[in-house]
Amino acid sequence: MMRIKLIDIAHGRSGDKGDAANIGIIAYDDKGYEIIKKHLTAEKVKKHFAGICKGNVDRYELPNIRALNFMLHNTLGGGGTVSLKHDAQGKTLAAALLRMELEV
Amino acid sequence: MKDKIRIASGQGFWGDLPEAPVQQVTNGDVDYLVMDYLAEVTMSILQKQKNKNPNLGYARDLPELMKKILPICLKKNIKVITNGGGVNPADCADEILKHAVDLGIEKLKIAVVLGDDIHDRLDELVEAGAELNNMETGESIKSVKHKILSANVYFGAMPIVEALRNGADIVITGRTTDTGLTLAPMIYEFDWDEKDYDLMAAGTVAGHILECGAQSTGGNFLGDWQSIENMAEIGFPIAEAFPNGEVIITKHENTGGKVSYETVAEQLIYEIGDPTDYITPDCVADFTSIKLEDLGNDKVKVYSVKGKPETEFYKVSCSYEDGYSAVGSLTYSWPQALSKAKAADMILRKRLENLGLQFDEIRTEFIGYNATHESLAKVIDEDDINEIVLRVAVRSHDRDAVKRFGQEIAPLILTGPPSVTGFAGGRPKPSDVVAYWPALIPKKYVTPKVKCLELA
Repeated sequence: MMRIKLIDIAHGRSGDKGDAANIGIIAYDDKGYEIIKKHLTAEKVKKHFAGICKGNVDRYELPNIRALNFMLHNTLGGGGTVSLKHDAQGKTLAAALLRMELEV
Repeated sequence: MKDKIRIASGQGFWGDLPEAPVQQVTNGDVDYLVMDYLAEVTMSILQKQKNKNPNLGYARDLPELMKKILPICLKKNIKVITNGGGVNPADCADEILKHAVDLGIEKLKIAVVLGDDIHDRLDELVEAGAELNNMETGESIKSVKHKILSANVYFGAMPIVEALRNGADIVITGRTTDTGLTLAPMIYEFDWDEKDYDLMAAGTVAGHILECGAQSTGGNFLGDWQSIENMAEIGFPIAEAFPNGEVIITKHENTGGKVSYETVAEQLIYEIGDPTDYITPDCVADFTSIKLEDLGNDKVKVYSVKGKPETEFYKVSCSYEDGYSAVGSLTYSWPQALSKAKAADMILRKRLENLGLQFDEIRTEFIGYNATHESLAKVIDEDDINEIVLRVAVRSHDRDAVKRFGQEIAPLILTGPPSVTGFAGGRPKPSDVVAYWPALIPKKYVTPKVKCLELA
């Protein structure tokens, strides 16, 4: 068992789709993709964002670009101009996910 | 038929770098300049402007920009495609035509794509059987129909293709998909069959890479961002498209930024849902089929894209009024900056409660501590942090409550915790909250129209 910082093996980008945030996480290499594919589950992402993501988390695989895409539903305080959040569009959530450490 | 065309992205949103489109048409050879101006929030802003003045409702800096670049574009035979027409593409085109006359241009054809604005047809459409239920919640549109500010259908590439076939030098559209702006010239130049869904998907993916401007050339790059050179003079992306659907993403030489596997991959996963189902009016693209190859020298090849037939629906985006909001902020300094900000927030909330004001939500954030990552923010030393910005936002259907909130911020300076500053620009004023109503409409109810204006 060892702990890996997600930020050391992947980068990403996040944005909004209504009240949902999308977070794409891209591994720097094939080995990194195998790690995130196995360990970066929807459940772990949901737990990481407890208190922020109030809905389900959907997870999609894009092995062609070594990426995972997460949809975090009910996350942006209503989305659009309804949201009172400073980051109403979830622009900084990819960085927030990269704070995670994985036990592998 | 050309064996290759170069499509340059000039704007990633309304308010993007003003120099970018100028640089794109002057720094090297391109065949098309495409500019995406429309976000959901933009449509409602434009609709409000049109309500006040029926001649407005388009991106007002677009005609000015066209005045600047039109002589270069005509000289170099660069066609311009943009959705900056907003909710009034016809008047936008008129304004550009006036500038062309002032410039002494004698020959010009501007095409306008109309028919996406269904605001005035909502009753008729609902009666005819178009349900327009909220596609996320399933709710009937009847609950919000009287409050709707704008309602627009997202058209795809085909109306623009028609405009190009009519010989347009400039195509001004209303609510066209960002991706359609880039796909259209490929269909037109390479005579692609619109039922060849792999090609439609290839052009759509290129459009997705271009639609946010410099986000594919090193801007907002979360990889090794410090390795991106000369962001001050960042080059916007160019799609070099080939008849077989292969596309090379690049930028002009001697510009800043970077086009690499990583910068393009970050844009590919931006604002997508299920990657196997990227739905546009033109096709359904499968993002898991895309192959990227970094060719070096700021060139990335995008190929092997697969697509499926388009759906029977257009997406509709409606906006409606949904109350008022305001945001206020104050800055607290060391010592005990965070503790002071927290105390000020409690005092403010107590005062609002004593006044009996009704809010749908009051939200407090501490900028410098947890405004972006909330509960994931690292715990800090409340006593030792240098400074904290207290940001409080409220939302209510009672405009007076929101207005009164705005009057309660500045008094905290003299009636709350010490060493506080940063109150400038007057009291926060209530602004309109605009909510969205995404829906689907069967394509049979809506027909795009292409109208041409000509100087000859």
